[in-house]
Amino acid sequence: MKKIGSVAAAAAVALTFSVQSHSATLDTVKERGYLQCGVSTGLPGFSNPDDKGNWQGLDVDVCRAVAAAALGDASKVKYVPLNAKERFTALQSGEIDMLSRNTTWTLTRDTTLGLNFTGVSYYDGQGFMVSKKLGVSSALELDGATVCIQAGTTTELNLADYFRQNNMTYQPVVFDTSDQTVQGFEAGRCDVLTSDQSQLYALRIKLADPSSAMVLPEVISKEPLGPSVRQGDDQWFNLVKWSLFAAVTAEEMGLTSANVDQMKNSDNPDVKRFTGAEGDFGKALGVNNDWAYQIVKQVGNYGEIFERNVGANTPLGIARGLNALWSKGGLQYAPPMR
Amino acid sequence: MEKFKPLPSLPAPVKTTGIIGWLRTNLFSSPLNSVMSLILGYIVLSLLIPAINWAFVKADWFGTSRDACTSGGACWVFITSRFSQFIYGFYPETEYWRVDTTFVVLAASLAWLMINHLPWKKWVSIFAVFVFPFVAYVLLHGGHFGLMEVETHRWGGFMLTLVIAVVGIAAALPLGILLALGRRSQMPVIKSFCVVFIEVWRGVPLITVLFMASVMLPLFVPQDITFDKLLRALIGITLFQSAYMAEVVRGGLQAIPKGQYEAADALGLSYWRSMSMIILPQALKMMIPGIVNTFIALFKDTSLVLIIGLFDLLAIVQAALTDPKWLGFSTEGYVFVALMFWVFCFGMSRYSQHLERKLHTGHKR
Repeated sequence: MKKIGSVAAAAAVALTFSVQSHSATLDTVKERGYLQCGVSTGLPGFSNPDDKGNWQGLDVDVCRAVAAAALGDASKVKYVPLNAKERFTALQSGEIDMLSRNTTWTLTRDTTLGLNFTGVSYYDGQGFMVSKKLGVSSALELDGATVCIQAGTTTELNLADYFRQNNMTYQPVVFDTSDQTVQGFEAGRCDVLTSDQSQLYALRIKLADPSSAMVLPEVISKEPLGPSVRQGDDQWFNLVKWSLFAAVTAEEMGLTSANVDQMKNSDNPDVKRFTGAEGDFGKALGVNNDWAYQIVKQVGNYGEIFERNVGANTPLGIARGLNALWSKGGLQYAPPMR
Repeated sequence: MEKFKPLPSLPAPVKTTGIIGWLRTNLFSSPLNSVMSLILGYIVLSLLIPAINWAFVKADWFGTSRDACTSGGACWVFITSRFSQFIYGFYPETEYWRVDTTFVVLAASLAWLMINHLPWKKWVSIFAVFVFPFVAYVLLHGGHFGLMEVETHRWGGFMLTLVIAVVGIAAALPLGILLALGRRSQMPVIKSFCVVFIEVWRGVPLITVLFMASVMLPLFVPQDITFDKLLRALIGITLFQSAYMAEVVRGGLQAIPKGQYEAADALGLSYWRSMSMIILPQALKMMIPGIVNTFIALFKDTSLVLIIGLFDLLAIVQAALTDPKWLGFSTEGYVFVALMFWVFCFGMSRYSQHLERKLHTGHKR
């Protein structure tokens, strides 16, 4: 009985993987009429439900951009909230078409998990938050500081490396959860709180007086976050990749959701190609020629997405920093659309 | 000579009646007790006053954003402004009435069965067991009779908690009874199947079952076949709880004296008739505390589904807490969740005590 069971399971696994390599995700999505996108179960500014129960956030907008490109309608997305443990399985098993869930692009993940990262939607990295009373403006002035930190994360290792490289000493104060870490910081048990920068801004809001603390400019680790797709479907890989590039390109070209309709009629050949009035970019990707126009019209360019979800005018108030365009001192760079 | 008249009886001394009497006998009966009462009283008050101050006196109740919270106490605005989301999850707002109807019908038919002296109990119970599940499915899920389809990934909040708890309770009890009977059966195949089933499911933590259902299972089935995530969780929870229920029921069955079984046999009753007419009515009555215990545990276990990305009451509150507009109100959120769970679990516990009193016919010691 058990033997039959395991044989059946093995057959099922074999079948699963063979099915995966042959079915074209783009066709499945078009046929189904909506995109299945894996997001986080709740991460401030990246994916969280709003008052009306609609998902919002930077990761969510990446899903919407892909839906706009593939289906012409950014609202045709089914969000599948996933926790950190099930995110890759959900992608491998075909429960979702793409994963846009605050996932760091690393060599191990890219090679061993059967998935491909399509780009970087947010350059994150570990940073420091200090009380303004401390009068510190750079992480290099933190010699001898007590540091609040969450247990069991890579942040602990990065912190040790950074202080040793710079010949500084520190006193760690370890907490179990991020909420406790904030409370320890607020109670004055440490001078500095360290975590990923995108988290620091969220943690800062939890302070009784958020303006009393500031995030230092130094970033001591690389955490490029980006969407990923299953390996073995290059057409779908290309579409997700270029959906993100299109949003960045739109910002470079000055196209926004507000002016894209006007600009569509301009004589600029770049804009004409971008919006699909000329050329066959859409056909090469297997979607309508106005795919990039739909992204900008319905979701916005990268700058708009950033500012709407995590930017200076949101409660999080994150500066563009590394996520500014390459031409403005950041790292966001899209290959030319030609 | 004047007739003897007894004096009217005096009222009991003030010191022994009313609040003062109660205080004297219970709190200040000896110097040691008095000191302890005063110390404990001080501790309770010093904890309670700030809590009441925070929760009621300095609290803010109405508004739409965190700007409405100015008093420095609890910010219940977070709860009130998102209340419908906490109850209905991502269910479309225009379809709320379907959820309401389902639970009102459920509550009404349960109340009908619980209140004494109401007629047609038999028909109501037939309706509740055989008709209601279909009505509930059609109403909640839709897709038939012109109702808009609401897929299960949009279910959430307290409604999802109730769905999981009700389905779990309703399915685990009959399954558990069957397993318990099977475990006591004389037939080796049935008996060993039941023993293995019960021991396997009792031997793994519920979290493992849920992970297996949500993470592993999809890898074993072809990509085209997708089981609904909620359905997977429901099946997992039901099978898990039925194993526990089986052991509770078996305990009750063992408490029935052997004479009862023999008497049933002597009357010439078949197995099923002797079980349903002689053994189970007596056994189930004695098992009420154990069964309700399992129900309450199940009700609270429902919040474990948050680890597989289903948004029950606890998970939806946690998700709402990650809205940048509402960061930092976790205390209010968790207090609200705790209160909701407590109200329902306490209600179940009270009803079980009432049921025990109602059904006690010669077993009370």
